[in-house]
Amino acid sequence: MSELLSVAAVGLMLALFLGLLRVVRGPDAGDRMLAAQLIGTAGVGVLLVLGLLLKQTALIDVALVLALLAAVAAAAFTGKQCETGND
Amino acid sequence: MIDVISSLLIVSGLGFYLAGSVGLLRLPDLYSRLHALTKADNLGLGLLTAGLILQAQDLFIAIKLTLIWLAVLAASAASAHLIAQHARRRETRT
Amino acid sequence: MNTTAVLVFDILLVLSLLSLAVATLATRDAHRSVILFMAFGLVLALAWGRLMAPDVALAEAAIGAGLSGALLLAAVREQPRQTLTADTNAVHSGNDAGLKVILQSVATLLCVGLAATLSWALAHALQSAPSNALAQAVQENLATSGVSNPVTAVLLNFRAYDTLLELAVLLTAILGIFALGPARPGYRSAGPVFDSLAHWLVPVLILTAGYLLWVGAQAPGGAFQAGAILAAAGVVLQLSGQRTLGLPQERTLHIVIAAGVGMFLLVGLSLLFLGRPFLGYPPAWASALILLIETAAMLAIAATLALAFLGGRPQSPRLNATGEKPAALSTGTLRAAMHPVRSGTDADTNSGYRNSSNEQKQ
Repeated sequence: MSELLSVAAVGLMLALFLGLLRVVRGPDAGDRMLAAQLIGTAGVGVLLVLGLLLKQTALIDVALVLALLAAVAAAAFTGKQCETGND
Repeated sequence: MIDVISSLLIVSGLGFYLAGSVGLLRLPDLYSRLHALTKADNLGLGLLTAGLILQAQDLFIAIKLTLIWLAVLAASAASAHLIAQHARRRETRT
Repeated sequence: MNTTAVLVFDILLVLSLLSLAVATLATRDAHRSVILFMAFGLVLALAWGRLMAPDVALAEAAIGAGLSGALLLAAVREQPRQTLTADTNAVHSGNDAGLKVILQSVATLLCVGLAATLSWALAHALQSAPSNALAQAVQENLATSGVSNPVTAVLLNFRAYDTLLELAVLLTAILGIFALGPARPGYRSAGPVFDSLAHWLVPVLILTAGYLLWVGAQAPGGAFQAGAILAAAGVVLQLSGQRTLGLPQERTLHIVIAAGVGMFLLVGLSLLFLGRPFLGYPPAWASALILLIETAAMLAIAATLALAFLGGRPQSPRLNATGEKPAALSTGTLRAAMHPVRSGTDADTNSGYRNSSNEQKQ
């Protein structure tokens, strides 16, 4: 079982790495932001798998915090300011 | 037996993650890329979490895993909508 | 655990970190580099998790991935969209060229010197045998510290004085933020989807902060992480149009900010008064005192980070004539208001806005 978990961790890391290409390339800021969301979700997956693999249950808490804060980051990206008219 | 089921779930979750990443790279438009992203978020993480719950040692961890999946589900739905709305607004403004 | 899988995982992780770092620094657009920096924070949290340092991973996920991104995005938004190199080229031109070259070479030399020193220190550390003396000392004394998480024991008991000074640094940061003047104008309400996100995200963040504060005694967690998550809840509130981020007003805010250092000093000086060393907890009281200090520290840290996002001294909204909070005013209705807004707001509240001509006086 731990073999499979190791392979799963590698697979998730690969998905994250592919998302990186979009973050660096993506012509628009929205592309970068959604790639950052994918990195966040892949990171949550990696942390959950690592938590069970390394027997560190604290990593599950880290995954929860990462998931919530990725949502905060996306919210911060799309907020509109009152007066300045930017974005 | 439980190991087999959870292996299947984890591998299929992994498949959705990779499909999401490949879609992110290959699809032409921001809006279509958002489709790919939300598949990874919902199904990828959901199947992965289901597989990991079967491996969990006690109930508290299983509940935490479920809550994490629900939080990501709701957050990624809202984030995808917000990003699309933001992009649409910028398009119609320029 | 499959060792080749672990190796591939580590290689991918390191490659991601390096490429994100290079991409963040090499890009010319400030907006783009901020998003890259947020992604870097996310992957760095993974790296801390891989290195079996969950406390640091929690702090990195909360601060590096979420809050720094929000702060930097808010700051970048204030600037007009221009590339960074064009900006610097416009400033240093003409007869400043010589000075620019000198500054660049001095900065390069300093960076190279620092990198060389760090590499030498790393090589030296890798050569000498790994020593567990510090970890052993902590483990031996853990029973008397009042908590069972060694990180919390070091932060709040064995090295409590350092934490006190760190909180004093945060207090100084707030004084700097207050010196910036009134807070920047608030955010318009971003629609029903955002509101539905904020409706559950803010309570869950507050709960998570409380959970991390409580669990910090036995497991990775603690005041800093909890404070950062609480500040993230405040950021979401600000983004959804609530101008005060849920911060208390005026005097209560000042008390909350000062409470971080204040509680530490109160406990330390009381112990001194009772004949014990400064911040030397009696083992029977240690866990209660640590929880007390951590709670005050969490509130102070949350207030600091939330004020940093706010960008200045918060304006206290007054209740208007009908008793509603004027949070609705900040949602852009000022511009669209064709009818006189019956508000009790006076010039004090409205000074937060740059464009004050829309205000309706009673």
